[in-house]
Amino acid sequence: MTPAPPPTDTVDIAAATPDHPQPFRELGLKDDEYLRIREILDRRPTDAELAMYSVMWSEHCSYKSSKVHLRYFGETTTAAMKERMLAGIGENAGVVEIGDGWAVTFKVESHNHPSYVEPYQGAATGVGGIVRDIMAMGARPIAVADPLRFGPADAPDTARVLPGVVAGVGGYGNCLGLPNVGGEVVFDPTYAGNPLVNALCVGSMRVTDLHLAFASGAGNKIILFGARTGLDGIGGVSVLASETFSEGTGRKKLPAVQVGDPFTEKVLIECCLELFAAGLVVGIQDLGGAGLSCATSELASAGDGGMRIDLDQVPLRATGMTPAEVLSSESQERMCAVVTPENVDAFLAVCAKWDTLATVIGEVTDGDRLVITWHGETVVDVPPRTVAHDGPVYARPVARSETQDALVADVPDRLPRPAAPSELRAEILRMAASPNLCSRAWVTDQYDRYVRGNTASAQPADAGIVRVDEETGRGIAVATDCNARFVALDPYVGTQLALAEAYRNVATSGAVPQAVTNCLNFGSPEDPHVMWQFAEAVRGLADGCAELGIPVTGGNVSFYNQTGSTAILPTPVVGVLGLLDDVARRVRTGFVRDGDAVLLLGTTRDELAGSEWAHVAHGHLGGRPPQVDLAAEQRLAALLAAAAGDGLLTGSHDLSDGGLAQALVEACLVGGRGATVVLPRLLDPFVALFAESAGRVLVTVDPADADAVGARAKAAGVPVERLGATGGGTLEIADVGTLDLTQLRAAWESTLPALFESTSAVVEEP
Amino acid sequence: MRVGVITFPGTLDDVDAVRAVRIAGGEPVHLWHADHDLRGVDALVVPGGFSYGDYLRAGAIAARAPIMDEVVAAADRGMPVLGICNGFQILCEAGLLPGALTRNAGLHFVCRDLRLRVESAATAWTGSFAAGQEIVVPLKSGEGRYVADAATLVQLEREGRVVFRYVDAAPNGSMGDIAGVASANGRVVGLMPHPEHAIDPLTGPSADGLGLFTAVLAAVASA
Repeated sequence: MTPAPPPTDTVDIAAATPDHPQPFRELGLKDDEYLRIREILDRRPTDAELAMYSVMWSEHCSYKSSKVHLRYFGETTTAAMKERMLAGIGENAGVVEIGDGWAVTFKVESHNHPSYVEPYQGAATGVGGIVRDIMAMGARPIAVADPLRFGPADAPDTARVLPGVVAGVGGYGNCLGLPNVGGEVVFDPTYAGNPLVNALCVGSMRVTDLHLAFASGAGNKIILFGARTGLDGIGGVSVLASETFSEGTGRKKLPAVQVGDPFTEKVLIECCLELFAAGLVVGIQDLGGAGLSCATSELASAGDGGMRIDLDQVPLRATGMTPAEVLSSESQERMCAVVTPENVDAFLAVCAKWDTLATVIGEVTDGDRLVITWHGETVVDVPPRTVAHDGPVYARPVARSETQDALVADVPDRLPRPAAPSELRAEILRMAASPNLCSRAWVTDQYDRYVRGNTASAQPADAGIVRVDEETGRGIAVATDCNARFVALDPYVGTQLALAEAYRNVATSGAVPQAVTNCLNFGSPEDPHVMWQFAEAVRGLADGCAELGIPVTGGNVSFYNQTGSTAILPTPVVGVLGLLDDVARRVRTGFVRDGDAVLLLGTTRDELAGSEWAHVAHGHLGGRPPQVDLAAEQRLAALLAAAAGDGLLTGSHDLSDGGLAQALVEACLVGGRGATVVLPRLLDPFVALFAESAGRVLVTVDPADADAVGARAKAAGVPVERLGATGGGTLEIADVGTLDLTQLRAAWESTLPALFESTSAVVEEP
Repeated sequence: MRVGVITFPGTLDDVDAVRAVRIAGGEPVHLWHADHDLRGVDALVVPGGFSYGDYLRAGAIAARAPIMDEVVAAADRGMPVLGICNGFQILCEAGLLPGALTRNAGLHFVCRDLRLRVESAATAWTGSFAAGQEIVVPLKSGEGRYVADAATLVQLEREGRVVFRYVDAAPNGSMGDIAGVASANGRVVGLMPHPEHAIDPLTGPSADGLGLFTAVLAAVASA
């Protein structure tokens, strides 16, 4: 027999029992935050109100530690940068106009902590959540990409986390019918216990179809539609996302990870798009972190009135739920819409067609309060802004730790370097097989990249490219990047390097960069050194975007990625969105034709601090990261876009982790043919091969065009060197020797399967 | 020539099938799972996806949708029907094709460009190919491992009803490396790989898949 539920805590009871003790600390609220709530309400909060405030004032929802820094994005965005921006930071996702009446929206979000606890569902619901953010803008989701980071590739726990995360990303995204076009897989010891599962989604819409989250017009109905509300994910936001994992307490709230149902979400997408197309929606909001607490308070505070919700109307999938649980449940696949009374029937009819449960749960009112009733009694009566927007704001202590000096002083110059040709060849092979540089096919082959038939480029390409308009071929390119080692060495420069790399990847594919999003993954904001990293990263990214003239349209912050006192490498993942007038003009990645001339654009310097070589060969991290020259990146991008537009580039590949050596290996293996090259002049062969200087790209051109492209580069102020020609079954590097592609391919492709292809996963023939 | 493309809840590749029909020169017609109406089409495509989330068994619930009564009746009259991926699973569950599709041998979803050998050009959907011809088409599925009892396999081989075979070892463990099969009259064909994703080298690995759609238009025209 189930014990009788405790009596519901109502507003009247709360007013009458001011001294009733409340578990605010367990819900993650600090003493002064709790007092502030009492001050706002002029009484103690009810249980339901306490649940709402505690989730909405959590770090994850309120950005209370990051807000003072994030303002800098707004301050550095000029009118010119905003020109194409239809919606920016603060909305569910940023929206950028791309011409011909089309707009695209894109955003990255983190689902790090749940993915450590329950890799499959954590990753799956991460995809689900970002897709609903995109839907809430009125857009059709058209592509996803997942930047992922894990502990050491050979660590036992990585063997638990990685396969689950990858299966979850695929299981959800494949079933939703969204092509997965990019992403990253990075291994580093600091991510052990703190994997990063970031999910990016891109959506497209007609400019006129833009929807924003607000509840206006007294009498308009609030409709909850999609899945039922259950006991999953309760407290997920406040507990999972805002408490450091530590021994003893870390696993207490395991069931707080939500469970995804991609089929329901797929139907919800089609249902939403039909509702939008029929003009039946005034305002819309997805239900993600903080569930109904978030959706109702955000919709109400963005509108022009109050809101009344009858919680008894919410369809439940569990019995005995309290109002606090209904409000904070993070059950997936739910949306909340504001609909005029005369459109309610039509709205419900569309939902019925898609077998989507839809229920009127309340209405917009004249007042300025959010009032929620349960069994006829008022359990919430609050000013909605105080829940959604007026949470605490902290100016956390910011201090550069002295350890930073030692880190910067520990330059890699004395690390033994291979010099003999045989040593260099062995190093190229070893690097190609190393976990951070080897083929990602074991991961990406588990993702559908073809669905919807508009994917013009996907992994292992430099950027994912998706056609938006089939008539004109207009489309977008998207890339995400972050070398967190560079960020650790210098958060300001390192973040600009991440921006530069994503920007360059988009340009390398033939697209013109337009807008930036980010997912800022850091350790505890209560650690002054982490806050210093964070503040520097934000400043670096904002200043970099201002210099490049492209706006940050949105982003996400994930703190508390640390175990004990050890934080992850600061990992501000930067996503850049580019535009192609015609995706047929895209530049393919790698050596795709025989007999083409291979040109190297950009300058190589003796820059090995933070490099993959230092990591693989010596486990070393120290020194100053490579120089970042955004003006040079801009010149390079402009040159690439113009040359691609004129059809002069037959192939290309960005130089990043692993330097020129890895770029040559990948260009050969992805393109399916070899090359004969000389190394850049005046450089030590080792530096030429493994330095990770920014602002460099390999391009291939028809030999007849090589001089013209070279002249264009010189005119644009981009250093250019002709390295050789494509073709054959080997990679032949002058003064280094010949590498057989079959051998290279075996090295490059076998690492991840060897690590993660569990022998027990093979089913015996019946 | 009207070619129907059925949408179930959870169908994903209907837009791709519609595009393939259009580029092949046919008139695509959207059909809805809950209807009992084939809207006068000359041929049918049951596209890929995760109808009903693949809950219960892939294709099992969709096979019992209202429109499937009409599909089965039309197939009995000799209308060409193509099942792709989840559509293949649905046609097997509906009893229009023999065998079943089970979880991939490696237990992973596999998305990969693969070479297929067209083993039979004598179906309504493969007349534009030559028997023995190799084509490149993507495979993307988690439950694509074709299985059938020994007698059925012998019968399929003997009657030339194995339509497509993986050239290299089947990445999903399919028996006999079978990628696609046909009904006894060669009018109903099902395959796991996705010809509708291989209609334009810009968005697919080749344009080889278009051949299935041009073939059915020719087959209907000559009937």
